[in-house]
Amino acid sequence: MGDMIKGNEAIAEAAIRAGARFYAGYPITPSTEIMEYLSGRLEEVGGTFIQAESEIAGINMVIGASSCGVRALTASSGPGISLKQEGMTTLSDEELPAVVINMVRYGNGIGTLLTAQCDYLRETRGGGNGDYRCIVLCPSSIQEAVELITLAFDLAEKYRMVSVFMSEGALGQMMEPCDLPKMQEVKRYGWGFDGKYTNKLIGIFDRDSMKESVLMNEKYNKVKENEQRWESGYVDDAEYVFVSYGLPGRSTKGAVEQLRAEGHKVGFIRPITVWPFPVKAFEEVNPNVKGFITIEANATGQLIDDVALTIKKVLRADIPAYCNPHVYGIPSMKTIKEDYNKVISGEMKEVY
Amino acid sequence: MQKVLTKPDRCKQCGLCIASCPTKSISFSEDINKDGYCYTMIDHEKCIACGICYTVCPDGVYEILGDK
Amino acid sequence: MAKAKKVPESIDRLMGFCPGCGHGVVIRLIAECLEELGQDKNVIFGIGVGCSSLLGGGLETDRRHCSHGRAGAVCTGMKRVNPDNIVIAYQGDGDAYSIGLAETTAAAYRNENITVFIVNNTNYGMTGGQMSHTTMPGQITTTSPHGRNCDVTGYPIRFPELVASQFNVAYSARGSITSPAQINNAKKYIKNALEAQINHEGYSVVELLSGCPTNWGMSAMEAKTRIDEDLTPSYYPVGEFKAREGK
Repeated sequence: MGDMIKGNEAIAEAAIRAGARFYAGYPITPSTEIMEYLSGRLEEVGGTFIQAESEIAGINMVIGASSCGVRALTASSGPGISLKQEGMTTLSDEELPAVVINMVRYGNGIGTLLTAQCDYLRETRGGGNGDYRCIVLCPSSIQEAVELITLAFDLAEKYRMVSVFMSEGALGQMMEPCDLPKMQEVKRYGWGFDGKYTNKLIGIFDRDSMKESVLMNEKYNKVKENEQRWESGYVDDAEYVFVSYGLPGRSTKGAVEQLRAEGHKVGFIRPITVWPFPVKAFEEVNPNVKGFITIEANATGQLIDDVALTIKKVLRADIPAYCNPHVYGIPSMKTIKEDYNKVISGEMKEVY
Repeated sequence: MQKVLTKPDRCKQCGLCIASCPTKSISFSEDINKDGYCYTMIDHEKCIACGICYTVCPDGVYEILGDK
Repeated sequence: MAKAKKVPESIDRLMGFCPGCGHGVVIRLIAECLEELGQDKNVIFGIGVGCSSLLGGGLETDRRHCSHGRAGAVCTGMKRVNPDNIVIAYQGDGDAYSIGLAETTAAAYRNENITVFIVNNTNYGMTGGQMSHTTMPGQITTTSPHGRNCDVTGYPIRFPELVASQFNVAYSARGSITSPAQINNAKKYIKNALEAQINHEGYSVVELLSGCPTNWGMSAMEAKTRIDEDLTPSYYPVGEFKAREGK
C-alpha cells in the first residue's frame, strides 16, 4: 500500500501521470489544493499552468489547449462549476476532450463549505444549453480517485466528450494510503490545431444539425453500452437494495455488511459512472426485490430519479424506490441502518 | 488592355470602389448577379491599374494583374 | 508600374458581411500580412461572436469560434501550448469590450504573446444595432432610441489607449478602414502587431474603426465620412499608442 496522501494532491498528481499538461482555473474551496499543487508540478514536467482571472476564463483556456491536442483539466466546486456550463456545452459541441473536476460542496448559490452530493442532477443532465451529455465518474476512495482520473482522460479522448470527475469535498481533504499510477507518455491527439490547417473544419454555416444529432445519439449509445461501471454486492437474493455513490456509497457498503451479519437480506449497488448510469447492475438484482433505497447527501433526492427510471426500465415499474435525503455530510452506517428500519417498518414512504 | 479582373458574383454593390476610383473607370452594370446586386464593371481604357479598387473593396471582387 | 494584387487564398470566398462593411477589408489585410510574413500556413484564429462569426466557412485556416467574449482566454490557452503558431483573436467591439471585457483585458494584463484585432463599429452589429461600449454620446441605437446618455451609461471605452498606458504590452494601435491611405496605414499597424508576436515581444492589439452601413442607416461612403470626420477627430484617434521597442 502506498503512502498517505491528501485527496486533492493525489488527484492532481494522478492527472500529471495521466499525461495532463495544461491546467487553467480559479481557486475555490474545497478544490483549491488541486490548483495549488499543479502550479508547481506542471512547470516541473514542462506543462502549462495558468491562474485564470475567473472560472469562465479558466474553462475557455482549457478549450484553447484542448483545441491544440493537449490533455487539459480544470477543477472547481459549486458556483464555479456553474460558471463553466457554457464552456462545457461548447466543448461538447466541438467534440473536444477535457476533464472537469467538481469537488462538491453543499448548497444553492454561493453555497456552503459542507461536503455533499447536491450536483448529481446537474452533472448528469448538463447545466449548459442543448442536449449534450458528459461522462461522470464518482470515486469512493482516494485510490479509486487516482484510477478514475486516468480513466477520465482516456474516455474523454476516446469519445471526444467532457469527463466530469464528481467527488465530495471531503474526499479532497482527507488522507488515505494510495498507490499512484506510473507516469504516462505524453501525446497530443491527432486532430489538434497545428497552424497548418491539417484537419479541415466544416464552416459554421455549413453544419447539418439533423446529421449531427444522429451521430451524437450514436456516440452516446455507444458510451452507454460500453462504459458503465459499478460495484455491487449481495444483489441476487436481496429484498432491499441500497444505491449510493462516492463516500456515502462507502458507508452504505459498510452498513450492508452489518445488516447482512444481522440477518437482513440487503444488497448494494455503488455506481462508479453515474453517466452512463449503471443500468446493467440492476439487471443482476433479484427479480423479487421489494424495494430500492438511495443514500445521498443532498436536500431533495437526486440519484433517486435515475434509480426509479432504471427500475422501470429493467425490472417492474411497481417496485418502490425510497430516499431520505441526508442533506450534507457522509451518512454514518448507523444512520443508514436507521433508514433501512424506517423502510421496513413502513415509516418511510416511497418516493416513486 | 485589361489590367484588372473582377469577380461579379462577389460584388455587393456597396459603391466604395466607384467613389474611390481616381479615373472614374468603374460603374454599376444593369444586370444583377446571383445575389441580386448590380455588379461593377471597369472601363479598361480609362483604368490605370492603380489598385485602389482592390484596396477598398471588402469582398475580394478585384484582382490587379501585374506588369509582365 | 502596376503591382499585382490578388486576394490571399485563405480568405478568397464570399462571406456574409453587409455591403460596405469594413470586416472584409480587415480580414484581407490580415491575410495579406500573414502571407507577406510567411505565416499563412502557421496561424490559428480565435473568432468572436457577432459579425466576426461571419468569417464562418470563408476563412480556411485552423480556427475556433469562441464563446461570446472569451476569445482572449481561448487564444491564451492556444498560444501557451502552441507557442510557435501565430494565434490571432478576431473580435468586434461588443465581443471584446462588453461581455468579454474581463478576458480581453486580462490577456493584455498578462502580456500574452497573442495578437488581437478588434473591429469597432460603435454598435452591436449582428444583433441589429444595439448600443455598445463604443457608441458615441448622443448616438441613436436600438437600445438608446433618444441618443446615448453617457452620464448614465458610461462614456465610450478607449481600449488601445488603456492597455498602452496601464499595462506592459508590446504594441497597441488604432487604424481606420476608410480611405485608401487609411487602409494602407492600418495594414502597417496590422503587420507591426503580427511581427511583435513573431518576435516574441508580447501582446499586440489593433483596433480597426469600421463603418456599419446597415445599422448606422448610411451608405458605405457616408459611413466612411462619419469615421473620418466625426469619430476620429472627436473620440477615436488613429495612431500607435504603444510602439514596438527596439524595432
